[in-house]
Amino acid sequence: MKISERWLREWVNPPVTATELVAQLSMAGLEVDSAEPAAPPFTDVVVGSVVAVDPHPDADKLRVCQVDDGAGIHTVVCGAPNVEVGMLVPYARPGAVLPDGTRIGQAKLRGVASAGMLCGADELGLDAVRDGLMVLPANLTPGADLRDALELDDTLIEIDLTPNRGDCLGLRGLAREVGVLNDCAVKEPEISPVPARIDATFPVAVSHAQGCPRYLGRVIRGVDVTRSTPTWMTERLRRCGLRPIDPVVDVTNYVLLELGQPMHAFDLARLAGGIDVRLAKPEEELTLLDGSELTLRDDTLLITDANGPVAMAGIMGGENSGITTDPAGPTRDIFLECAFFSPLAISGRARSYGLHTDASHRYERGVDFGLQHLAMERATALLLDIVGGEPGPVTEALDQESLPARSGVTLREARLAQLLGMRIPTATVETMLVRLGLPPVATEDTDAGRVWQVQAPSWRFDIEREADLIEEVARIYGYDNIEVTLPASRMRLEPTLARRADADLFRTQLAASGHQEILSYSFVEPRLNDLFEPGIQAAPLANPISADLGAMRTSLWPGLVKTWIGNRNRQQPRARLFEIGRTFARDEGGAVAERSWVGGLLAGSRDPESWNQPALEVDFYDARGVVESLLALTRNREAWSFRVERHPGLHPGQSAAVYRSGGDGEVLAGWVGRMHPEVQAELDLPRPVYLFALALDVLEARDVPVHQGLSRFPSMRRDIAIEVDASVAGAAVLDCARKAAGEHLVDLSLFDVYAGDKLGPDRRSLALGVTLQHPDRTLEDGEVTARIDAIVQSLEAQLGAIRR
Amino acid sequence: MQALDELIGHVEAAIAAAGDERDLEQVRVAYFGKKGEVTALLKGLGQLPDDQRRAAGQAINQARDRLQTQLEARRLALSAAQLDSRIAAETIDVTLPGRRSGQGGLHPHTQTMQRIETIFRNAGYGVATGPEVETEYYNFEALNIPAHHPARAMHDTFYLEGGERLLRTHTSPVQARVMENSEPPIRIICPGKVYRVDSDMTHTPMFHQVEGLVVDRDISFSDLKGTVIDFLRVFFEAELAVRFRPSYFPFTEPSAEVDVECVHCRGEGCRVCSQSGWLEVMGCGMVHPRVLEMSGIDAETYTGFAFGFGVDRLSMLYYSVDDLRLFYENDLRFLAQFR
Repeated sequence: MKISERWLREWVNPPVTATELVAQLSMAGLEVDSAEPAAPPFTDVVVGSVVAVDPHPDADKLRVCQVDDGAGIHTVVCGAPNVEVGMLVPYARPGAVLPDGTRIGQAKLRGVASAGMLCGADELGLDAVRDGLMVLPANLTPGADLRDALELDDTLIEIDLTPNRGDCLGLRGLAREVGVLNDCAVKEPEISPVPARIDATFPVAVSHAQGCPRYLGRVIRGVDVTRSTPTWMTERLRRCGLRPIDPVVDVTNYVLLELGQPMHAFDLARLAGGIDVRLAKPEEELTLLDGSELTLRDDTLLITDANGPVAMAGIMGGENSGITTDPAGPTRDIFLECAFFSPLAISGRARSYGLHTDASHRYERGVDFGLQHLAMERATALLLDIVGGEPGPVTEALDQESLPARSGVTLREARLAQLLGMRIPTATVETMLVRLGLPPVATEDTDAGRVWQVQAPSWRFDIEREADLIEEVARIYGYDNIEVTLPASRMRLEPTLARRADADLFRTQLAASGHQEILSYSFVEPRLNDLFEPGIQAAPLANPISADLGAMRTSLWPGLVKTWIGNRNRQQPRARLFEIGRTFARDEGGAVAERSWVGGLLAGSRDPESWNQPALEVDFYDARGVVESLLALTRNREAWSFRVERHPGLHPGQSAAVYRSGGDGEVLAGWVGRMHPEVQAELDLPRPVYLFALALDVLEARDVPVHQGLSRFPSMRRDIAIEVDASVAGAAVLDCARKAAGEHLVDLSLFDVYAGDKLGPDRRSLALGVTLQHPDRTLEDGEVTARIDAIVQSLEAQLGAIRR
Repeated sequence: MQALDELIGHVEAAIAAAGDERDLEQVRVAYFGKKGEVTALLKGLGQLPDDQRRAAGQAINQARDRLQTQLEARRLALSAAQLDSRIAAETIDVTLPGRRSGQGGLHPHTQTMQRIETIFRNAGYGVATGPEVETEYYNFEALNIPAHHPARAMHDTFYLEGGERLLRTHTSPVQARVMENSEPPIRIICPGKVYRVDSDMTHTPMFHQVEGLVVDRDISFSDLKGTVIDFLRVFFEAELAVRFRPSYFPFTEPSAEVDVECVHCRGEGCRVCSQSGWLEVMGCGMVHPRVLEMSGIDAETYTGFAFGFGVDRLSMLYYSVDDLRLFYENDLRFLAQFR
């Protein structure tokens, strides 16, 4: 809502400056977005009357004008094409300073002396576009200062009103609010009923009274819509952000701004039969004033005549019944509508058709249902002044039952004090309520305080229960005047979950081991979902911000990979990234399952380029090592296994599924591996990328450590080298050795893997380090040797190993 | 005694000639060992006449002690020289960079979120989370925003295809879920991702919010003010002015928007605060009784306050970032600044 300060001050004129007024409004919950001067500074510009126009002797496009500025006649050379004898225009006298800083002087233009300058609206900062000279209203006096004549010393205040304050969507409501804040009187303009001069009426029926409890109509015959709207009115409309259109629309808009009441004018000649206010029938059609052709739904309230819809109630008029100023057949008779439509009948409807109008904005929030007669009389009087005509009587279709109920609301002084955390003096509360138009009636007066009954006025749609009144009191009292305390605590100890690892634990581990956390959007390009998780049904957005953010991610990998691609394009040679976040999968029934993951990406060199480390590219074992470091945080390494399984996004020969075993068997926890070569090609990545993802719900279960006694006796280490078929999995060798090693095994390491010419193509050798230790004594050499032999025999028997 | 003088001369020359400790050891063995020459002289004393024996013995012993002292001094000198040369040989350029893998780090929002969580956990708040894909009921209706309410237009909501599910526009649904499932006293914060159809310098379609909720007997608006003011001062680590402006949220009443003195210009007016001296950072209010009722909490016995703010906005102010979108571009040069 944009208003003119001068206009507001005609209604209410508190002894505060514009700056103070703006601060007051903001601190009362009517947030001021901007406050700007109506016109930029300029001096010495007056109303000038053009008394003669002659051609310039030496220039086709220039004219030599004689201008009367009240003090005398001046010769001014002018280039504007619209200059005419008799018009009033802004005249910058010699010495004038324009908004852009130009100082106007005496000049010679192509040999003709010119004293000062005639101005266009753009040159005075009153309009953005150049459109010749600014033509001033004929009733101004030559010589008058333009700023005074046009009341340009004004502030335009733009207020961002919250949806509960529909009552302030008009000067009248704002004036009321400013009056409350400053405790000063509001001067209503004098609006008296305009008596009917003819008997003409137009029949109105309301089939849907719930949606339209009150509908006022009035016929005005013999109007001249070709007349122009007076400048004082167009100027006020302009300052409040509305474009002048034709005198009838300008008047209804003026009343909208002034009183907050939307109105509509029909061309009576284009209405047939009578008005019926009813809901749309399915598939009914209507072309609106803005040209949009709509197929209506049956929840839409319509104004109809004998031929069908003529307007969408409370939203916009129809093209077929509007006022026309077409000189070939201008509107002669009008039918004025001034109605109260219920907020519930209007809200959401405009938006559902992609519309938003000044009328719908107000009706959705609630228009004062006691205002219609006043607005009708105001509009009639203004119209008669401008376009003339003979008014008929006001007809009213009213369903009292359907008007909004205004039952009393109880306010307890004790509750007010408790909720605000302080006591406001009784008299102060009562005075504030009276000023707000919410006069309290005390029904009880006890030690705990008074109890009041309050009746909300017809313009307030946001006073329904006690909390609403408490807010009003707090707001007017001033939030800043309310005390500052801290909640008293009833401390309850919450269980902590030692057996659950927090996501922060994995974050810390990853960051400390050289990985950078990223945060990427939860919606991704659908193609990337399909590349990495073709088997999961993604949840597409109905209204994505763009196609490449079209579906909820089914994997963290698209975000990680896009981040790597972006950084690679910015010349980053390597990256170790991770993200912790949710993925979204849709099931058959349309429900969406969310799951939290920790995902990561490794690409480029293993370590940053350095003089003392070889430049090696990351490989599978780097990624697996990162995964192992996370699994270790569960304090239960035995529960985890890596299996050779296929994932559509990963290289079939360089990827593994990660499983956790527990009470309920084995659960798939995630994956680690190299990006599938086809995916890599699809993404135009020249070098391999390694990915991992682990589901947090599987990862987070954590064991509480149980202390194992430390042996004071020496441990014994023996190394075993074996040769096996290349197809034998390393994990199988380690498992077999571990099982055969017996209870005194304290460490089993794999310290060498060799494959090469010496062994033949399908063989490889593995070197194991076996460390044994007894808790209570020193192991004897013979025992150790026997155990090592047992391991070797087991490897030979089960895996066809040969000791080397 | 001429033999002794000669011998002394030989020993001294040999000590001086020894180039390292090994040479010196040979000298010691050659003269002072069991078969050494000086030892031999001492052994030969027995053959001397009694009257000479005493003087000769004295002379030889004195010479031996002196020579052994010389030898020890020489040993120390040689040892020190050897250590010096070894150190010299082992000296490296310590100004070269060390051996390490790359530096990792947490996203700035994570760090901000962790700080916020710590601040509230220290005060006894719990942390609650909920789904990001929500129903209309929890995102709107349970928060007193019925269908067609104009406030719905303030939330540019992402809907999933099919129309029934949406991406939560705030973390307030978590509050509703917590209130449904627990009894006061409730003291929680709800951090998480939220989504709105919006994208420019100061809006991203996904961002992070933290909402707080306290429900108990006698919770008041003044308690809300105290909590919010404390939080902002603790978060920004400064005694900042804070003001509360009346506002409107369907799920709180009274409702307020919170402005904090601009952290950059300290209220003087600058580009960050659009010359106003104030930064709008939070919305808050007393939980609307209808919201309590809908969640099964007796609104007569209990009152509560709720507040909510954008983590991204606080990150932006705390780290002086001027474009919100940078947080989600994940440019490593940007992220590396927060390690």
